Amino acid sequence: MRDRLLFAAQLVFTALVAAFLIVPAMLSMLAGVTLNYFRGIHSGLTLQWVVQVWQLYPDTIFRSFLIALATLAVTLVVGIPAAYALHLRNDRISRAIEEIITLPLAIPGLALALALLLTYGGFSDFRRSWLFILAGHAVFTLPFMVRSVMAVFGAIDLKSLDEGAASLGALPWRRFRDVIVPNAAPGILAGSLMVVTLSLGEFNLTWMLHTPLTKTLPVGLADSYASMRLEVASAYTLVFFVMIIPLLVAMQIFAGFRGGPTARPR
Amino acid sequence: MSLQQSRHSNGHGVAVRVENCAKTFTDGTHALGPVTLDVTRGETVVLLGPSGCGKTTLLRIIAGLEMPNHGGRVLFNKAEVTQVPIERRNVGMVFQSYALFPNMNVAENIGYGLKIRGVNGAERSARVAELVALTGIEGLEHRRIDQLSGGQRQRVALARAVAVRPSVLLLDEPLTALDAALRERLRGELNRLLRTLGITTVYVTHDQSEAMVLGDRIVVMRKGAIAQIGTPRDIYFAPASRFVAEFIGAANIIDAAYNGGSLLFPGGKLAARPDNMTTKDRVLVMIRPESIRIVAADGARLCGQIETVSFVGDRQRAAIGGVAAKPIIVDVPNSVPLKPGDRVGLAIDPSAVRLLPPDPV
Repeated sequence: MRDRLLFAAQLVFTALVAAFLIVPAMLSMLAGVTLNYFRGIHSGLTLQWVVQVWQLYPDTIFRSFLIALATLAVTLVVGIPAAYALHLRNDRISRAIEEIITLPLAIPGLALALALLLTYGGFSDFRRSWLFILAGHAVFTLPFMVRSVMAVFGAIDLKSLDEGAASLGALPWRRFRDVIVPNAAPGILAGSLMVVTLSLGEFNLTWMLHTPLTKTLPVGLADSYASMRLEVASAYTLVFFVMIIPLLVAMQIFAGFRGGPTARPR
Repeated sequence: MSLQQSRHSNGHGVAVRVENCAKTFTDGTHALGPVTLDVTRGETVVLLGPSGCGKTTLLRIIAGLEMPNHGGRVLFNKAEVTQVPIERRNVGMVFQSYALFPNMNVAENIGYGLKIRGVNGAERSARVAELVALTGIEGLEHRRIDQLSGGQRQRVALARAVAVRPSVLLLDEPLTALDAALRERLRGELNRLLRTLGITTVYVTHDQSEAMVLGDRIVVMRKGAIAQIGTPRDIYFAPASRFVAEFIGAANIIDAAYNGGSLLFPGGKLAARPDNMTTKDRVLVMIRPESIRIVAADGARLCGQIETVSFVGDRQRAAIGGVAAKPIIVDVPNSVPLKPGDRVGLAIDPSAVRLLPPDPV
């Protein structure tokens, strides 16, 4: 009886996921290769809208990847040492800092963007470059990196490993490089996955921070929804999916491979 | 360079002096001292005590992982190292959790300290091979750490600590994480290894049998202070206090009246002449269970009744009531028939009776 109830619940859940996530996404992508969406699929299939997107918005695609990778670099360089320091200190000050880093999750992206504009909007070269968007993305994604790295640090008795390396003569930087980072790899990969995904899909902040010359993929998507025919916007969605899904799958496989049974923290 | 040569070139490590070291943590916990302790070159000193007695804190101060409160000093061969961080003290440390690096295999773990010191690949491999042989872990060099058993990990941790030819070897409860049978076997191996290496060693444990086997001297600690320092025999036969007597082995601690060369118990008299004993109203004495013999009740000066008998295997332990305020524990050979309720006499050699200082009020 319980098994059947459980099965029914799982079935309902699966159906809901299909109805509200998979079906709409599939329909949207299908619309992107349909000749005329209002006449339906029997109007014929075409790649002309995809080609049009590729001709209209290639810069947004490259810029999005550039910003995502740059955001990843920033969060790696800042986030891992920060997580290390916060974990080792583990006192009231470090917990306060952790809370402050986490604030961008609670503040609406629009508010954060507005604050950035108010503070740095006057630096016009900076404001006009993609680095301005990078700053916003780094602030927004940093807590994800710090948190997931700290979670691994919490699970691997970091203090003993650090002291073990120190007892063998390793200076702090050497310990960080040889022992801390390699053993935090599962957390770093999980954090990287989140940072890249969040940066690629980020719209709120980016929409406020972008200029006509620094559009990213999601901003371009909104632009095409607003100003192009539905098929073009849908083709854009398709391009977005095609670009991001293999990346996600690859990172997921890599994370699973590295964080698998042999590397499980004890 | 072989181990034999290294002992000559590197000597047997350094003499360690801990002077007036106390430790209060930032949260206000007063963990230690002030204590002063000298460890001579090549000696193995065991810090022994219940959890929370400050033994690990003292070890970590020697290691350089904790800084003593102002006024405390740590000296290696008379040179002050108090401000020197652990990475520059050239210590070898074995942690309770072993702290082996999961991202490196066995050989890489053992060779890590040498790599840090810039020892070249060939020399490093030779040294690693030497330690692998010494600790008996041949064939495991390329294993990952998570593919090792507890005992193997312990050996790798030891090999890694010794590989760098440390000035002092520091071991923090290295056998605690293992099961009883393995612990006993490794205790023997560790003893042989420490004697072979002859490095100055400070070993922390809460297990008194480990301390007995391994220590040239034992430092018994309690509540952040040193209760007694002595050889295992000193500590066992001449404990300085009730705490030491009860912590090391089993002990009968008896509060008795003393008069005219005899201790007076409810169950009879016992001729005794513990050192420095003068006639007093009440004295506190200690008698080890194995130094008491069961004899026929008739004619015995000290009599009681067997309350319980526990068969331990190599011996049996009987509790004899009616002799003193609390039952007297006696270790009896396993071939002697005993049964609860029997009336028996106790024979105790006067030299086996130790006078203890009165309990602090």
